[in-house]
Amino acid sequence: MVKKVKGAAGKLYLVLILLLLYVPIVILIVSSFNASEKNKAVWGGFTLNAYKELIHDETVMSALYTTLLLAGGASLIATVLGTLVCIGMMSMKKYSKSFILGVTQIPLLNSDIVTGIALMLLFTRFSELSFTTMLVAHVTFIIPYVVLSVQPKVVQLNLSTYEAALDLGASHLYAMWKVVLPEIMPGILSGFLLAFTMSLDDFSVTYFTKAPGIHTMSTMINAEYRKGIQTEIYALSTIVFVIVLFVLFIINRRSEKVARFEAESGVEM
Amino acid sequence: MAKKLIELIGITKSFGDKTILDEMDLFMNENRFLTLLGPSGCGKTTTLRIIGGFETPDSGQVLFEGADITNLPPNKRPFNTVFQKYALFTHMNIEENIAFGLKIKNKSKDYIKDKVKYALKLVNLDGYEKRMPDSLSGGQQQRIAIARAIVNEPRVLLLDEPLGALDLKLRQDMQYELIRLKNELGITFIYVTHDQEEALTMSDTIVVMNKGYIQQIGTPEDIYNEPQNAFVADFIGDSNILHGIMIEDCLVEIFGVKFRCVDEGFGKNKPVDVVMRPEDIVLTEPEKGIIKGKVSSAIFKGVHYEMEVEACGFEWLVHSTVLAKPGKEVGIWIDPFNIQIMNKPESEDEEIFIEE
Repeated sequence: MVKKVKGAAGKLYLVLILLLLYVPIVILIVSSFNASEKNKAVWGGFTLNAYKELIHDETVMSALYTTLLLAGGASLIATVLGTLVCIGMMSMKKYSKSFILGVTQIPLLNSDIVTGIALMLLFTRFSELSFTTMLVAHVTFIIPYVVLSVQPKVVQLNLSTYEAALDLGASHLYAMWKVVLPEIMPGILSGFLLAFTMSLDDFSVTYFTKAPGIHTMSTMINAEYRKGIQTEIYALSTIVFVIVLFVLFIINRRSEKVARFEAESGVEM
Repeated sequence: MAKKLIELIGITKSFGDKTILDEMDLFMNENRFLTLLGPSGCGKTTTLRIIGGFETPDSGQVLFEGADITNLPPNKRPFNTVFQKYALFTHMNIEENIAFGLKIKNKSKDYIKDKVKYALKLVNLDGYEKRMPDSLSGGQQQRIAIARAIVNEPRVLLLDEPLGALDLKLRQDMQYELIRLKNELGITFIYVTHDQEEALTMSDTIVVMNKGYIQQIGTPEDIYNEPQNAFVADFIGDSNILHGIMIEDCLVEIFGVKFRCVDEGFGKNKPVDVVMRPEDIVLTEPEKGIIKGKVSSAIFKGVHYEMEVEACGFEWLVHSTVLAKPGKEVGIWIDPFNIQIMNKPESEDEEIFIEE
């Protein structure tokens, strides 16, 4: 009996938390389909008008384009750099390794606004703010996410497979390309996806390092917000939410698959 | 006299301030099964890695057929290695794994296909080409690792405790398999293990190592029957190692009791180590033995009983197919031919533990 009550209370608590987390987003999504023009608190019927307007809105579309280009480019560069960091750390001594690991994690712990302002000061000192400065800024703060997902894979790596490749006649580069890289590929892919989502929904760093006239979706929403929220923004936010949800879903599926695979094939050596 | 294939001259290697190998000299002949045997940390794996090119010695030379290869990288050496943890490429299927080395050497497709087939046949895994390494058992993975190495026709095959992760039955099967492979391929095997039984079963030559020093080199029979020091005696098989005094040729005193033996040339009244194998000790009626004792424990081991007999304040390990129950008074008798006398270690470097 007590057990049952405890179980029910636990479930209730969970439901409460989930509600608190997701009700606002659900309201946002529902509002994006609300046909009622003036008062969004009243349901005025289902419509896709907001989405139609969104597609024809050039500002929104160009912001979307910039965001995707920025997120895609930055996460590609960050993935390459972050993976190189991890591979480089393989042969490092313990202390230099933890030092490097610590340094790469700073942008993760640092508050976004500080990173943003610091980068802005640096960029404006040497050049104009532009798309390139935004790209560099994004690469800077998403590298830690790549390192965080690749590093465990590198640690898990059975170093003798690399030696086995050399033993069979492979050069260092060939062994790295054909043996090490494929083995840490799952980590690299989730690192890329994670970096992509982080870049996608960043506001603070982008806000400080963006060139005038260029908008990503988050800065655009911020700008529009001052003029009063329009239904389009609800629609846009819904789309962003769905994209992020989708990417997260893929990441989780991947890591579940890896975990299941490792459980089946027994403990790693 | 067989040809010297690999020669190690004055090899020294340290990691940090820990010396792993100290001025080691060793040579290996062609077409032999040579085993480096010793407890963990004795330097056997480091020796193998130096031969394979994965470690560079601090000083000393590695010669292959007389040519210095000390600084040659592993991918330029005509050796292949079977690693302790198999080290298969998990993202490639068996065929791709085995073909890895051949592809690097730019062999033709047909040649590679034939070779892979041949190698799989050799390790009794025909038809496994398209399987993934993870779908194979430990023993099968080990065979693939061996196939992947021998397919490159190395002059020397290096094996680093390849059977360590397998269960007993599989390990014994693989031991026979390795002997067969060696005879079929006619190449030199250098095998690293801490398992004395494995070493005795497979090797032509055993090199017993401890703390970076070679303790003894010899055939399995030599090593087992004529251990040169207490370490070798203790490490290879079970032994009773006793402190004795060589009174004169063919007479040794242990616990104040004189034993006849067959060893000569140790001088008079010299302290020595005496080895008696447990299976050589015969339990008799109390009066008929050389010394009297009392059985303190007896364990059934399958082939024989393992008994401990307390006599002269020492627990004698005895193996016999005949059981003497604990508490029974017995006599201990041993054939003079089965008593092995060894010099005491001279320096501390050679000093080794004697259990109990």
